Amino acid sequence: MDKIRQDMLVKIAELHEIPSGAYNIRADGETYSRNSTENIEIITKKDKQGIDIIIKPGTKNESVHIPVIIGQSGLEEVVYNDFYVGKDANVVIIAGCGIHNCGGGNSRHDGVHRFFIDEGAKVKYVEKHYGEGDGRGKRIMNPQTIVELGKKSEIEMEMVQIEGVDSTDRVTRAELSEGAKLVITERLLTHENQYARTDIDVKLNGRDSSANIISRSVAKGSSEQLFISKIEGNNKCKGHSECDAIIMDNAVVKALPEVDANSVDAELVHEAAIGKIAGEQIIKLMTLGLTEEEAEKEIVNGFLR
Amino acid sequence: MLELKNLSYTINEGENEKKILDNISLTIGDNEFVAITGPNGSGKSTLAKIIAGIINPTEGNIFFEGSDITKASITDRAKMGISYAFQQPVHFKGIKVRELISLAAGTKLKVAQLREYLSRVGLDVNQYMNRQVDSTLSGGELKRIELATIFARNGKILLFDEPEAGIDLWSFQSLIQTFEKLKEKENCCVIIISHQEKIINAADRVILLSEGRIDKPYVMER
Ligand SMILES: Nc1ncnc2c1ncn2[C@@H]1O[C@H](COP(=O)(O)OP(=O)(O)OP(=O)(O)O)[C@@H](O)[C@H]1O
Ligand SMILES: [Mg+2]
Repeated sequence: MDKIRQDMLVKIAELHEIPSGAYNIRADGETYSRNSTENIEIITKKDKQGIDIIIKPGTKNESVHIPVIIGQSGLEEVVYNDFYVGKDANVVIIAGCGIHNCGGGNSRHDGVHRFFIDEGAKVKYVEKHYGEGDGRGKRIMNPQTIVELGKKSEIEMEMVQIEGVDSTDRVTRAELSEGAKLVITERLLTHENQYARTDIDVKLNGRDSSANIISRSVAKGSSEQLFISKIEGNNKCKGHSECDAIIMDNAVVKALPEVDANSVDAELVHEAAIGKIAGEQIIKLMTLGLTEEEAEKEIVNGFLR
Repeated sequence: MLELKNLSYTINEGENEKKILDNISLTIGDNEFVAITGPNGSGKSTLAKIIAGIINPTEGNIFFEGSDITKASITDRAKMGISYAFQQPVHFKGIKVRELISLAAGTKLKVAQLREYLSRVGLDVNQYMNRQVDSTLSGGELKRIELATIFARNGKILLFDEPEAGIDLWSFQSLIQTFEKLKEKENCCVIIISHQEKIINAADRVILLSEGRIDKPYVMER
């Protein structure tokens, strides 16, 4: 693997070397290397591109890395990854996609991730998206994440788009059973002429299920963002979604929040705030000796952390 | 060290002009501890912002160590050693206490150094260094962190705008001692805007601002 690809692995999955535990590294449309463990099995799908990740019930403190990198200009792929997380398992899943495009063709990765999480299982899912390269070709990522949460199971999803992705359509669907818990933290940065759409739809079906969606984004240059979130409360449940965006230069940000209460015991809250960096924040950092540009950078970096 | 010469600040309110500061002249020397007091709305914070470069005066000049800095930017003044603790501290979503104080110090601080600055304002380093400087902090905590950023700057002019606001009585006493110690440093002066008798009494000199003017030398009533 060359330097460009190695560096991308560091950016998206903090992988400096081959990870311990289970992993599947996909590079330029093929499996580059893979490891299954006693408790976590990774199998190639027969009918389409992608893998099944099967995590045995009761698996504790193990991790799965499934980074994807594309360094070849013009490569377009749709990949299906299904996660089966057994009862009472507790695992960390690190996904992520990096595209380096220095050619004229568009490079695109559409990852469809489905999670079937059994009763009592806990998952932490981290996904980082990153693009680079000076080619005319676009860097495109359209992730779809579909989650089914069993009784009293939990998933915490950290979904980050660092920079350099020209176009993205991020679809997330989740259905929660009794006592299940979902936390989604999104961090998104768009610049130049980039476009990002986030579309989250959560159904709180089970009694005492809860969802917390926190999105923070920064739109620079002439980029455009659309944030759609819908929480449906179909039982006694708690739902909260919060979209907080910093808008700069000539960017455009739209937020369309929706909360649907179909039960008298559903408690649903939505907050959305879009605005430029507060002038007093820049001034305060300037009184600490930073230039205006440095101040702006610190504020944006902090906000997206 | 700092000289203000005939400073005025006028704003336009519709048709009318409003004079917020009116012909202020003032000299503050090395190792001085000066208190500025006066009624609400008398122009104290405006004067502080003019010294820090946040507001440009409509008339007059500011000299720092002999050179005219009236046109210098906020950043340049900060680099020269002018530091200003805001009356109302600013929130930063996502920036941690340790990061903000490091930005103030101009270098990534070690825990031992953070402990030093935070203990001066009565905060425990372990409890606070990884907190975010956002609305989850109480008013008093935020104010203390604001003061800590100034201590970390290690500047020549330390300008505090109502540092006592929101700070409990017990901590307040040790804060006054901190201020008294600060001015003993070579090449340093402390200017504190305050309504608090104790701070006013601790100062070497008191300046009374009313309706944007320094009328006459203030005589402390003891
Ligand atoms: N941008 C502005 N527009 C209108 N009036 C202003 C503006 N900025 C300041 N003022 C007015 O200038 C006066 C001085 O304000 P300043 O904040 O300096 O007062 P202060 O002495 O610090 O008061 P306090 O003790 O309440 O902090 C006030 O009457 C205030 O309303
Ligand atoms: Mg004031």
